[in-house]
Amino acid sequence: MPLRSKDLLSIEDLTLENIDLILETASSFEEVFDREIKKVPTLRGRTIINLFLEPSTRTRTSFEIAGKRLSADVVNVSGQGSAVAKGESLKDTAQTIEAMSVDAVVIRHWSSGSAKYLAELIKPPVINAGDGWHEHPTQALLDLYTIKKEIGKLTGKRVAIVGDIAHSRVARSLIAALNKTKAKVTLVGPATLIPMDIDKLGVDISYSLDDVLEDVDIVYLLRLQKERQSENLLPSLREYSRLFGLSKARWQRLKNGVRIMHPGPMNRGIEIDSFVADNEKALIREQVTSGVAVRMAILYLLMGGAQVE
Amino acid sequence: MGSVNQILDAAAINRALTRVAHEIIERNSAEGSIALIGIRTRGVFLAERLAKKIKDFEGLDVPVGSLDISFYRDDIAIHPQPKILGTKIDFDINEMTAILCDDVLFTGRTIRAAMDALIDYGRPRAIQLAVMVDRGHRELPIRADFVGKNIPTSKKERVMVKLVEEDDIDVIEIEK
Amino acid sequence: MNRYLIKGGKVIDPASGRSKTEDLLIEGSLIVERFSENRGVKTIEAGGLIVTPGLIDLHVHLREPGREDAETVISGTRAAAAGGFTTVCCMPNTDPAIDSVSVVEQINDQSKQSLIDVKVIAAITKKREGKALTEMGELVDAGVVAFSDDGAPVADSQLMRSAMEYAKTFNRPIVDHAEDLLLAAGGIMNEGYYSTILGLKGIPAAAEEVIVARDTLLAKLTGAKIHIAHISTAGSVDIIKRAKEDGLSVTCETTPHHLALTDESLCDYNTDYKVNPPLRSMGDIDRLFEGLKEGTIDAIATDHAPHARHEKEAEIEVAPFGMIGLETAVPVLINTAKKYGLKLEDLIPKLTVGPARVIGLEAGTLEVGSNADVTIIDAKAKVKVDSSIFESKSRNTPFEGKDLTGSIKHVFKGGKQIVIDGSVI
Repeated sequence: MPLRSKDLLSIEDLTLENIDLILETASSFEEVFDREIKKVPTLRGRTIINLFLEPSTRTRTSFEIAGKRLSADVVNVSGQGSAVAKGESLKDTAQTIEAMSVDAVVIRHWSSGSAKYLAELIKPPVINAGDGWHEHPTQALLDLYTIKKEIGKLTGKRVAIVGDIAHSRVARSLIAALNKTKAKVTLVGPATLIPMDIDKLGVDISYSLDDVLEDVDIVYLLRLQKERQSENLLPSLREYSRLFGLSKARWQRLKNGVRIMHPGPMNRGIEIDSFVADNEKALIREQVTSGVAVRMAILYLLMGGAQVE
Repeated sequence: MGSVNQILDAAAINRALTRVAHEIIERNSAEGSIALIGIRTRGVFLAERLAKKIKDFEGLDVPVGSLDISFYRDDIAIHPQPKILGTKIDFDINEMTAILCDDVLFTGRTIRAAMDALIDYGRPRAIQLAVMVDRGHRELPIRADFVGKNIPTSKKERVMVKLVEEDDIDVIEIEK
Repeated sequence: MNRYLIKGGKVIDPASGRSKTEDLLIEGSLIVERFSENRGVKTIEAGGLIVTPGLIDLHVHLREPGREDAETVISGTRAAAAGGFTTVCCMPNTDPAIDSVSVVEQINDQSKQSLIDVKVIAAITKKREGKALTEMGELVDAGVVAFSDDGAPVADSQLMRSAMEYAKTFNRPIVDHAEDLLLAAGGIMNEGYYSTILGLKGIPAAAEEVIVARDTLLAKLTGAKIHIAHISTAGSVDIIKRAKEDGLSVTCETTPHHLALTDESLCDYNTDYKVNPPLRSMGDIDRLFEGLKEGTIDAIATDHAPHARHEKEAEIEVAPFGMIGLETAVPVLINTAKKYGLKLEDLIPKLTVGPARVIGLEAGTLEVGSNADVTIIDAKAKVKVDSSIFESKSRNTPFEGKDLTGSIKHVFKGGKQIVIDGSVI
């Protein structure tokens, strides 16, 4: 039961079976991390391009480690270092990649839809590592993996996603993933950061973190980009933190067993108090570990193995 | 679908495994500890059966591990992906004699992958190979130390080892 | 002298209220009641076809001067002829902008070599910068029919007031690109469910409507004539309806693509659907059709916006806005109108007499004695849109490969046949 599609572009495209396969495969790869030799020869002789046209350290590093643990050769191409910064079009970049017989491309791009655009231009698998505000599917998959591992089945679990939903690809992928796994999602943030008609996705909306705090099983905090203040979507970071930050006082009101997640990098003191971030209820480190296993699984499933007809 | 011939029944399989268990004991009596490592899926059941027989005959507890070789295959580009079941070796294989167990020895590629996988877990003193059936047609310089049954075959035939643990019956068949 | 007998077609002339199957006679450059003599009469069999005044498009971008790689006056007017148009108005967002007599004359020169008429709409402000008025008097003398900064609004309300009043001096309308640039800033598509799930910045309906509202209020203040270009939202129709009820000189147009497509089309991130104003919702389309029926919307204009292939082959956030429309307008309208119980005949006023009245043009009629601008349409022909055979230099159509109904059979401009059996001469 392999993945049917050539690429991984969005959670929206995946079936629940696809998601389960990726998570099960990831769990096999996690076993590799405990060995002395943290590397398997699965993708020996294959080349992966990490095409990162927007700055990113975590996701790029995670994909790089995932590729290398599968014995693939990983080449990083970043926005600053590549021809893209010199004004080369994505179409020309794609043709260059294709001409070099690359076996897969991981793309991070500032424009929504670009991963899909690249996937239409080239034959090798394309993995979306974040396109604009659209989707960041591997983040959502590693989040699901972390939740399943730490607290079990998602069905019926209540998840609050807190912060800048409007500009968040993490939120869009996570909502899609949680909807597919039948979790209950509440979006929390000021109205300026909740996009139009998002309730049509079947999620609840709350403008008050305090109102939802006592009913949730997972609090998922989004990174607040500081430019939202200069865009006048927020009066100040201080007020955001006061209304939507997970402070120690709010943390104390959470039910037992509630877990706290964050895609990183965190703004300590804004969306999350340092005490909360470092407490055992936080799964933030586990998310990072899961990231490598999930990305290994995705690379393996898309690059290894002929597709069954 | 061609015709199917039964080669060994349940009793014959049991006799063959008994003989293999004795051979393993005999061959390794002088040296230190041994472990049985079954290759997923059916090799694991064979390893467990052999361990039980060794316990019955000698009173010796032999640890059993299971090895998933999916990540080590050299044919992932041409064959469909198998479901990954995972490797489980919860003992230290360093300085042990590891006996790989599999159902059918054919081209030798699975065993090659299994040896690579095993060596990533540690440094066994020696690796030996026990198989239920050796059907010939090797593509690599690999031979079995212990063989339940040699079955000469043509390359087009399929050898099926069915075990109760997976298939609800013990039988070995050839499909032409 | 050339004589054409257009035989047995359904003649539709909204200006005179005519709509019946009859013959139409062309002699020389005019429509006549009977030929002066019967020598050399060519007969065009029009049984089962629709015979209308030559279509008029108030809103095209011919890209000359400046982007002749995407379109020229010559190529754009050939595309227009292929689409059944005999008059087009070209917008001033060229490079340099059409803000001086010399640029107008350049276009007029090209227009003389074209198969159809090009009427020039000149800029309201110099370089379309929204800072200082153009010399409208001189531009009117050069033949300019209206003023617009199309592509950009006049953001400064005081300047817009002056522009309306000054244009009123010459009895020329202001063609209003209604867009609040701050509300629309960075937007790619209509703001709504689809912009939310696609992660693209939205352009709210209000970005259009606040300027429509402002400028109808300014029209009331100034008594000037204004024409709102490419309206796309239900709210705009409501505001303009109210302005008309108040007796203001406000007219408006919408486009075939805003009548045919919704923002859901963006789901594949296909840049050929990226257009400004953006494709809106089904509810907006419903209201636009009501607006056509009730008479709030005066004209349908294509907003034909050619772009070079390499510009559209890009990430959706950097690809330019706009789609070509001249060569697909009639079949697209026939297909979308069907869903609202309308036939092509019902939309002919919006493509002929309606736009003619907006700019005070003596065209768009088949009355005896008028110029023989005639378009003959096979409203039942099945066509598959194939941009490779377009006359336009550009290919940025969202309708590529679509199966539609309706094709342009013959077109006459001033008595001269310029499209013969679907082919431009």
